[in-house]
Order: sequence, then structure tokens, then C-alpha cells
Amino acid sequence: MKFERSHERQMRRTRTQYLPMGMIGAFGTLLAMSSSGLAAGLGQPEPWQMARQIPVTENAREILSFEVGLHWLSFVISLFVLGLILYCVFRFNEKANPTPSKTTHNTMIEVAWTIVPVLILVAVAIPSFRLLRTQLSDPKADVIVKVTGHAWYWAYEYPAVENGGGFKFDANLDEEKAPKLLNVDNEMVVPVDKIVKIQVTAADVMHSWAMPSFGFKIDAVPGRLNQFWFKADREGVFHGQCSELCGTRHAYMPITVRVVSDEAYAQWLVEGKTKFAAIDDGAKFADARR
Amino acid sequence: MATAAAHTGHDAHASHTPSFFSRWFLSTNHKDIGSLYLLFAFCAGMIGAFLSFGIRMEMEEPGLQYFANPQTYNVFVTGHGLIMVFFMVMPALIGGFGNWFVPLMIGAPDMAFPRMNNISFWLTVAGFLSLVCSLFVEGAPGAAGAGTGWTVYPPLSTSGHPGPSVDFAIFALHLSGAGSILGAINFITTILNMRAPGMTLHKMPLFAWSMLVTAFLLLLSLPVLAGAITMLLTDRNFGTTFFDPAGGGDPVLYQHLFWFFGHPEVYIMILPAFGIVSHIISTFSKKPVFGYLAMAYAMVAIGVVGFVVWAHHMYTVGLSLQTQSYFVFATMVIAVPTGVKIFSWIATMWGGSIRFTAAMHWAVGFIFLFTVGGVTGVVLANAAVDKYLHDTYYVVAHFHYVLSLGAVFIIFAGVYYWFPKMTGHVIPEWAGKLHFWLAFIGANILFFPMHFLGLAGMPRRYADYPEAFAGWHKVSTWGGHVFALGMVVFVIGVVLAFRSKTRAADNPWGPGATTLEWTLSSPPPFHQFETLPTIVEEPAH
Repeated sequence: MKFERSHERQMRRTRTQYLPMGMIGAFGTLLAMSSSGLAAGLGQPEPWQMARQIPVTENAREILSFEVGLHWLSFVISLFVLGLILYCVFRFNEKANPTPSKTTHNTMIEVAWTIVPVLILVAVAIPSFRLLRTQLSDPKADVIVKVTGHAWYWAYEYPAVENGGGFKFDANLDEEKAPKLLNVDNEMVVPVDKIVKIQVTAADVMHSWAMPSFGFKIDAVPGRLNQFWFKADREGVFHGQCSELCGTRHAYMPITVRVVSDEAYAQWLVEGKTKFAAIDDGAKFADARR
Repeated sequence: MATAAAHTGHDAHASHTPSFFSRWFLSTNHKDIGSLYLLFAFCAGMIGAFLSFGIRMEMEEPGLQYFANPQTYNVFVTGHGLIMVFFMVMPALIGGFGNWFVPLMIGAPDMAFPRMNNISFWLTVAGFLSLVCSLFVEGAPGAAGAGTGWTVYPPLSTSGHPGPSVDFAIFALHLSGAGSILGAINFITTILNMRAPGMTLHKMPLFAWSMLVTAFLLLLSLPVLAGAITMLLTDRNFGTTFFDPAGGGDPVLYQHLFWFFGHPEVYIMILPAFGIVSHIISTFSKKPVFGYLAMAYAMVAIGVVGFVVWAHHMYTVGLSLQTQSYFVFATMVIAVPTGVKIFSWIATMWGGSIRFTAAMHWAVGFIFLFTVGGVTGVVLANAAVDKYLHDTYYVVAHFHYVLSLGAVFIIFAGVYYWFPKMTGHVIPEWAGKLHFWLAFIGANILFFPMHFLGLAGMPRRYADYPEAFAGWHKVSTWGGHVFALGMVVFVIGVVLAFRSKTRAADNPWGPGATTLEWTLSSPPPFHQFETLPTIVEEPAH
């Protein structure tokens, strides 16, 4: 039995070694991985991945480096607390220190451990607010796509442009394509290096349109039209999964975005006119573009 | 921090002990009700643990192994969350330890409203039974049980679950919520009115302080939950449209109401643990708590700020930039009083003469693990970062670090610390320490890899997942087995304690244990402090 062997191993470790060391190792590995981007997948997760998926938008890249900074900060703080605890464990145990001190106050240190965290948090908050402002800014869109979450598939609507668009299609899970559970029959296609705005809503229950490579997710809420934008600077196929519990087949409504060149996108828009169902008010929808 | 000048005359009442039925079913005695709560929390916790075992077994490999219908998996996830929050952690920390030790620590003969105390307990039990019923009646079409997540978000909980299961779950929350509100009133009244002569609020033990703050959080937040789920109930059954856009409602309104309760709720679960940790650290370091007043008011601050951070659970619903910025700011503020507590515990150990009992192992382990859970909380507080991490396993890792490795660790710490006082029996120290190491190793192997899964993009509440996530899920499941083995050791320890002839001393922990409960016999008499103790010693802070 695999489990029993693993228990025995763990129990032996208990006796021989001080365990938080293992934690440091794990935390350190997390940092090494998230700093170097090793083992991170492009557009999809990799086995044993320990970091974010490779970001393909400017904002997602900035957030990733901010997050790596936060993880280093977390690591240092955890290590500092662990160090203090271990120092107490070895220096102030009954044997090492039979007579306890009576100290219960030290104004200086109490002020210090209030003020220093405040300063650290201010230092965290400043870049955090800047990133949030960029993320929630509202730049002029090159392409608008309406995304509707259904139980349990996504539907995409493309407004009519000069010689294409004006159609809608459903994206259902395609179980045949690898990687499994991450592919759909009809991918959402967008042009590279263009500002794409998605307008997200839901038809029945809530869903959430998540795209790790673009560094965000946005909830699909019935009765609301949520908007988010991205500018992918790399061609490729990127995978995401519904991220708001929506019932039985929650795990089976993936999101696949294919980022292509301008020409390929224009051609796809033309092909789509014959391949997909037309939307009645395609032209009106396009006028909504700012 | 205080000693009793007088506590005589309690043994004479041992003969007044009522019969079995009236003692345990009609109880008005705070210690008996506390024991009932602890026993109930253990039983509910076992069911909650069984559900988590089902989750972990399923997640060990990609594909569907044990759940033919993924909806049943959702039901397990929902049941696990609701049971652990409302019927394990809260009953154990508040109903169990709160009932047992608040009156003892403040030198009161009992709670202010003993019969209401009984109602609180049985409402909780009734709520639990309603929740168990919900598992077996239809929820979503063709599947039994409510698979809505513990947050019960509409429209999944309304149009998504036409069967009566969600009604049972809502009723369960109503019942246990009513029980908790009555309990909160009882605690506030007891603490404000029944402290022994000389025990001012600023001399009151920190566990009593933590229960006072917790009771206020319960009193102010639970009615909001009750309102939200009542609206949910009328949306489901009586044609209202509070949360239905077709009738002018908004699903996001529910989320605001839920999290206005839900965020204070996480402090309701952790504040009593903060109180217990302070006593254990102080007792075994043989030093008074460092910075007593700062410790008390840090809890008050956490309680107050805890009410104004709720929408950090909602960064992805489409809130405006200003709203999100405010909630980022407010959420980060909470890290400051929490940091004060962490450092004050360490400062309490500093210069102490620390005795490493089983309870102390759990308390020290808690400080470190809660720190790890706290710093990932600061990561998640940043709305820009959270857009990626929200609803992934990173969040699952975060809240299990602060609740499973936080609150649950301290439930066990409290059991090892107070078991001799509550029962007069002694759990062998080796059992408590072995249990700690298995839980510490197991829980870290179980929950730490979830950070990696979340960063790699694994969403929560998925019965099935892409092959790439398989590795860390397998490791995580192994950790779960180690943790479960620890629970076996715990049960063995308790059984051995009751079988052993060793009897606990009145104060088994020595000069560091200064609160009033250690001045009584182990177990305490059926009624204590018939002559009120007077606080004669100035607190050492």
C-alpha cells in the first residue's frame, strides 16, 4: 500500500528532523519557480507547475512580477516569524531558561511592530492601486466580443464589420482534442496586438470567464453586462475554465481563445459569416463600439 | 492574571446532580451544555471530514472515479463547507469552550440565561438535522442534495436547484443562526454583568475578551445572513425577485448581503482561537501575556474592520475601480492588528521558561501556520492579483491555512489544554504530540500544494480536471491521509484518558496557569463560585 509506506516515512521524519524546514523548502521552491517562470505553461497548465501560466498581456506580466514580489515578501515574513519562534523554542525552553522573565511591556517594540507593517502595506498598496487602475481602465476597443455563459457552454457574438462578422456561435467542450477538458469545438478568435473588449453576461446561472494567460477572470452574471479588456501580444491558443460554480457540468465548459494575425482574423470573420448563425442586429451592436 | 480569594462550599451540591435525561437533554448547566457542544462538534466534524475524504479521494486522479454524477461532488463540497463552518468550528469554539470557560474565567456561577443556553444548543442540533436532510432530497434536477457551495449564491440556488434540498439548507442556517444569535446575547450579557467583584474589563482574561468580540460579531452579522437567505427562500417559493434580474432584482445583491455576514464569520471562527492561543502560550511560557491591552484591542479592531472589507470576496463581479480600491485598502488594514497579535504571542514566549506540552505544540504550530495563511491573505487582498487567483485552489489553500490549520488546530490545542479540567482525566502527552506532528505534516502536505494548483490555474469546486493538475492533487490526497491518521491517534488518546486511572490535578500546568478555572477542582463542581471569588491580585500587565 502506497499510503502506509508514506505514513511510515512521515513518522520517521517526525522523529529525526525538525519539520518546518520542509516547509521552507517548499516555499522556497515556490519562489524559485514563480520568479524564473520555470515549469509554467503557455496557454495551458503543465504537470507539476508551481507558478502562474505565462502571461501574454502587458497588464498580466506586470501583475505577475508584482505577485512574485508579494510572494518574496510573504516568504521573508514567514521565515522571520519562524526564525523568532525557533529562537524561542531553543533559547527559552524550560531547560535553557529555568526562570521566566516578567516583562510584559515594551512600548518601543510595540510601536515598531505596528508601524513597520503599516509601512510595508503602504509600499504594497501603491503598485497595487496602479495595476488595478490599468486593469480596470477603459481604452478604445479595436474588437468587441459579447460572451454569454450558459449551463454549460459559452456563446460568443461578433458584431458585423466591413466585410465579415455579424454572427454568433456556441463553444462546447470537445473531449477529443488534447489537452483534455480544455478544448472547445468553436474557439473564440481574436487578433494579436489589438485591444479586445469582452462584454460578459449569463443566460441562466452565474459563470465566470477566466483566462489565466491574460491574468484575469470576470463573472458572467444574469442581468448584468460586465466588461473587461485585454491586448494579447502573442499568437497562440490559450485555455481557461469556467470559474464560478454553475452546477453539474461546471468543470466541463472550458474557454479557448485563439490569438491570430490581423489577416487571419479578417479571413476568419469572413468565413464565420457562412459557418455560423447570423445575428439580427449585428450592425447596431458594432455601432456600440467606441 | 488573577486569583480567587474564596471558592468554598461547592462540594455540598454534588448530590443535586440531576438524572441522566434531565442532565443531558434539559440541561441548563453551562459546563454540561459546553460538553454537549463539544461532543456535537466532534460528531458533525466526523461527517464533515467524511465529506472532505470523498472530495480528496475524487481529486486524487483526473476523471470521475467515485462520483458518477459531478453534481454529487458539488453536494459534498457544499456539505463539507457548511458543516465545518456552522456545525464544527463554531459549536466547538463558541458553544463548547465559550460555554465551559467564559463563566469559569470571569468567576460567574453560570451563564446569564441558562435556559436560553439550552435552546441555543438544541437549535444548532435541529439545524444540523435539517442540513443532513438536505443531502437526501432532490436539489438540482435528477440529483439529491444542495450543490450550491456554502455561499448558496443565486441563481444557482434558486432556478438552478428547483428541488426542496436548498430549502432544507436555508432552514438549517436559519435554525443554527437563531441558536447563535441567542448564544451571542447570552455571552454578551454574561460577560458584561456577571464578572466577579474586582474583575474589570481590563483585567478580564483574553479568552473572555475574544468571546465578547465574537458575540458582538455574531449579533450584528447573523441577522443580515438571515435576511439574505429569507429573501432567497421567498425568491424560491413565493415568487419574489430580490435576486432575479427578470423581476428587477440582482444576483450581486445577494453576494453583498452574504459577505457582509460571511467576512465577519471568518473572524467569528478565528477570534476565539486567538483567545485560547494567548492562554496556552502564557501558561506554558510561565509569563503573563505580552501587551495585554494591545492584544484585547487588536481583537476589537479586527472585529470592527472585519465588517467593512466584505467585497474583497467579490473582486470579479464587476465592481467599480473606486469600490475595489477601497476594499483593497480596508482589507490590508486588518493585517496590522493581526500582526500585533502574532508578534505579541512571540514576545510572550520571549524570555519565558517554555514547557512543551501537547497543547503548546499546537499553539506554536498555529502561530506559524496562521502567519503563512495571513500573508497569502495579503496577496489575495490585491484586487489586480486576485483577478487571477479568485476561485482557484490558491484561495482554497489560503482559507484552509487560516481555518483548518488555524481554528481547527486551536480546537485541538484547547482540548489538550482543558481536557484535564473538563473531565478530570489526562490524555497521554505522547498522543497529543504525535497527533500534532501527524496533523502538522499532513495538513501542510494537504494544503501547501494547493497554492501551486491555484497558481497553475486550477479552479475550485471541480469534480474533474485536466491531466496537468494531477501531480499536486495526488500529493495533496496523501497529506489528507496523514492528517486522518492523526485523528485516529486523537481518538486513541481520548479513549486511553478515560480508561486510565490517572486523575488530573486541579492545576496540572503549574504557576503559568493563572486564570480562575485552575483554582477549581478537576472536573469543577456541578455549580461553582456559589461564593463569588474576589479578584485580589493586581493583574501583572
